[in-house]
Amino acid sequence: MSIKKVRSHISPNEALLFERSSPGKKAYQLPALDVPAVDPRTALGEQNVRAGIEGFPEVSEVEVIRHFTRLSTWNYAIDYGMYPLGSCTMKYNPRVNELVARTEGLAWAHPYQPESLSQGVMEIMAHLESALLEITGMDAVTLQPAAGAQGELTGILLIRALLAQRGNPRKKILIPDSAHGTNPATAAIAGYVVENIRSDEHGLLDLAALEKSVTEDVAGLMVTNPNTLGVFESRIIAAAEVLHRKGALLYMDGANMNALVGIARPGDFGVDVMHLNLHKTFSTPHGGGGPGGGPVAVKKELEPFLPVPRLKRAGERWSFDYDRPLSIGKVKAFYGNFGVLVRALAYILAHGGNGLRAATMDAVLNANYIRKKLEPFFDLPYTLPNMHEVVFSDERQARQGVRTGDIAKRLIDYGFHPYTVSFPLIVRGAMMIEPTETESKIEIDLFIDALICIAKEIQTKPETVKTAPHSTRTSRVDEVKAARRPILKWEPLPDPVMP
Amino acid sequence: MYPEDYRYTKEHEWVHVEGDTGTIGITDHAQHELGDIVYVDFKYGRETLKPGQHVDQGKTIGSVESVKAVSDIYSPVSGEVVDLNHTLADAPEKLNDDPHGEAWLVKVRLSNTGELANLLSAAEYQTYIGAEK
Amino acid sequence: MLEACGVEKPEDLFTHLPEAVRLKRPLQLPPGISEYEIVDYFRRRGDQNANGYASFLGAGVYGHYRPVLVDTVVARGEFLTSYTPYQAEMAQGTLTTIFEFQTMICQLTGMDVANASMYDGSTGLAEAALMAARLTSKGGLLVARSVHPEYQEVLHTYAKNQGMPITEFEYDAETGAADLDDMERKLNDLTAAVIVQSPNFFGVVEDVKRAAEIAHRRGALLVMGFAEAVSLGILEPPKADIIAGELQSFAISPSYGGPYAGIIATREKFARQMPGRLVGETTDTHGNRAFCLTLATREQHIRREKATSNICTNQALIALMATVFMSVYGKEGLRELAEQNLAKAHYLASRLTPRFSGPFFNEFVVSTGDRSPEEINAALLDRKIIGGLPLGRFYPELSDAMLLCATEMSHREDMDIVGQALQPARSSQPRSPEILNVH
Repeated sequence: MSIKKVRSHISPNEALLFERSSPGKKAYQLPALDVPAVDPRTALGEQNVRAGIEGFPEVSEVEVIRHFTRLSTWNYAIDYGMYPLGSCTMKYNPRVNELVARTEGLAWAHPYQPESLSQGVMEIMAHLESALLEITGMDAVTLQPAAGAQGELTGILLIRALLAQRGNPRKKILIPDSAHGTNPATAAIAGYVVENIRSDEHGLLDLAALEKSVTEDVAGLMVTNPNTLGVFESRIIAAAEVLHRKGALLYMDGANMNALVGIARPGDFGVDVMHLNLHKTFSTPHGGGGPGGGPVAVKKELEPFLPVPRLKRAGERWSFDYDRPLSIGKVKAFYGNFGVLVRALAYILAHGGNGLRAATMDAVLNANYIRKKLEPFFDLPYTLPNMHEVVFSDERQARQGVRTGDIAKRLIDYGFHPYTVSFPLIVRGAMMIEPTETESKIEIDLFIDALICIAKEIQTKPETVKTAPHSTRTSRVDEVKAARRPILKWEPLPDPVMP
Repeated sequence: MYPEDYRYTKEHEWVHVEGDTGTIGITDHAQHELGDIVYVDFKYGRETLKPGQHVDQGKTIGSVESVKAVSDIYSPVSGEVVDLNHTLADAPEKLNDDPHGEAWLVKVRLSNTGELANLLSAAEYQTYIGAEK
Repeated sequence: MLEACGVEKPEDLFTHLPEAVRLKRPLQLPPGISEYEIVDYFRRRGDQNANGYASFLGAGVYGHYRPVLVDTVVARGEFLTSYTPYQAEMAQGTLTTIFEFQTMICQLTGMDVANASMYDGSTGLAEAALMAARLTSKGGLLVARSVHPEYQEVLHTYAKNQGMPITEFEYDAETGAADLDDMERKLNDLTAAVIVQSPNFFGVVEDVKRAAEIAHRRGALLVMGFAEAVSLGILEPPKADIIAGELQSFAISPSYGGPYAGIIATREKFARQMPGRLVGETTDTHGNRAFCLTLATREQHIRREKATSNICTNQALIALMATVFMSVYGKEGLRELAEQNLAKAHYLASRLTPRFSGPFFNEFVVSTGDRSPEEINAALLDRKIIGGLPLGRFYPELSDAMLLCATEMSHREDMDIVGQALQPARSSQPRSPEILNVH
């Protein structure tokens, strides 16, 4: 038996579940069958019945709970501390939201149960719809899309449907070079050609370039506002006018809506269609990468095209309207990620109108404070006033051979999750920081001190930064090896050959 | 560093012509910019590139990937594909180690040697990448 | 903080916004409420729904027991409040569980690779169809009418703008299985994929093997969807080219339609055309086993408009529920669970006459005779039972039929009541307690 190098972690060596498995162990109980057993081979046909599931785990209950608990300690989380990922809006996930989502009549509601027994769930959806309309200033909203990227797809399909009805769906979607990668991917899946437009020297939409690009071929512009630099697109109203004059539409990616709630409404500045990320702005948990929720809000002229079904009031009751001949159809089975909608509504109810506005102001204040404190130490390539996030560049540190990715990894040793690395693409060596309203001054000051310390380390001992992290159970992970010879599942070691 | 008898493109491919056959690869500068290369894909349009396929100068014949970037490969010459370097599938790191030699990508029977005049010499290419930096 | 920012009040941080865009009034939303009031609000909404009813609804969303460990694990803040594991060194927990998830999905489906999950079964099936088109460089889709109708609708939405024409093929009115002769007739050289679901929407197990053989003869791929994952505890995994499925049955609350988790699994040679996230095994600088996201160059954040999909999130937390579920039940438990479902559904069916003769797992179609399915369901509601799904909404030719599902959670006495309610001879007095109270 060999003793592996002990690492600085409470449970460093948990095996995979398959490696813990041995025949006969079980963690489940089933009630005794109250009906006659059925022979699967008779009922289903010999050829349709499988032998056992090869390799499937066999472990005890306590092994299951220990396994996942130990693995959980290998994660960082908002519950541990600040998680300053830019454009991700990693705010606190209130636990009451988790509780209410598990309310029996909600969690066990079947999507096909009669409408007469679904009035509560429908009321929740209607309530959330009306709150989101007030927040965005739009005219109608669908809660169906499963996440932001699906919201984008829904939005672009809506544009396509409206333009097609006007006689020509057109060919191109314009996207600024600062955009998130989902924007061009979405446009392509919706059947459009993507034309990138360059940002101006301040990182903003270039109105002159836009004017030139908007032809009769252009269906719309996808813009994130505030943009990925955290800067409000101050010429947004003029941009909308340019598009509208040519019969094109303005799509807003609502990823950064946490900078606007209660302060400005997309519906008031020319946006025709937008999506919201409930898992960002409205505090539903990211859960290590989903689930999300991506409602899409539109102006009146796009309403007839929204996915089926639509909630409608029929007398005293809510009901679903499927008779929508112009609808783009369904983007997802059933009505949306209802469990996520419940959490988002709980967040809105807890805050109220004034609370939501206060959260926005705190988020923007936090980002500006970080900017002021870190400006002496890191390059700020775009200097317009920022809102909820700030983007530095590693330009100065790169001269020492230390890049944004290294600084990010070193932050881990100081007890923080890294910021967003190398995005947006228009900033060389981007360090994109979004604190959200969640963080107190105490936590933010610790974060600022950590980055200042790292900036100094880079002057004196850059190697420490370049080889970080040093304090984690797992040191720097070899992503190249993973990609060159992909191992995408566990397989048992071959039986040792007996001599 | 950059062999004198190769011709180069501004998209960082090289071609080495012997007889009527041109061997195509990516330059040392390209592999350096990409970083650790993890995958090579041969595609012409939507189809897998195979021997016998006619390719046009400037058209995509595949792509090389690092962990966080993808770069298209454009054919520096027109002609018929005669061979592909399949050893790269199992050892993409060769592209980092020996991009001008062992890690060649495609061999093509040239259909128009006149095209070579459009390409850069070693000296011109080095000046070009110097300016690009 | 304000001083450091050089402003007097937070509002000053917004003065650079153009006057015309600023909202000059408070949001018209009620003031914030306390935690108790929030709990109370949702409890009341929950009470307006179907609390305390037995249900025989399936049709893509199944009532299976959720082992307690599932919520115990997913409630941990380390899983709940972490982001997508881009920073591998501080996300080994999530990455390891996803690697285990991918492995279990491969074991379950008999496939070589599985991704880290999709939004749900419907979008997973649509993404699988787009994947088949990329792999074959063709665009036609041939879809069984016995695929979940809502999955078909989503497929239409996704395919419409990709130049991918969809042709439907019939189900056999006798067996309820996909009519593979009709499929063969409609198959042509432009078909990228044949899409079936097994068990299909009517609960009938399809002959996927034969469907695949026919598809392959014309260079098309066979995409198989599934909606009832528990069936894989007992059913032989078919040799499809791509399997796309819904894992709601694995301890994911029905939750009025979501969030759920879908999967795509496929053969190794197709892995690079697969959409969605993938976790791979590697080592750290000390040589210890570690995991990270890999083959990311397929994805939107790198390839942008050339990506395999625009999908960004997976359903990590929901996939974790399924992972814990699979760990709890394990090799023996999943089989036993599947056998219980089979037994319950066949008991219910023995009280009735199924419309189709094909083999079924835990749901099946029954005709309602001279009464409408809605009429029978109304009578059952009075007994606090939600009956089967009336099929006329999706299949006009089946407007006299309903789809009934039984799981390990169905009680024999409730099944007896449903059996009685559907007896044609007793139709005149379905509410009579003397008749209905068989126990």
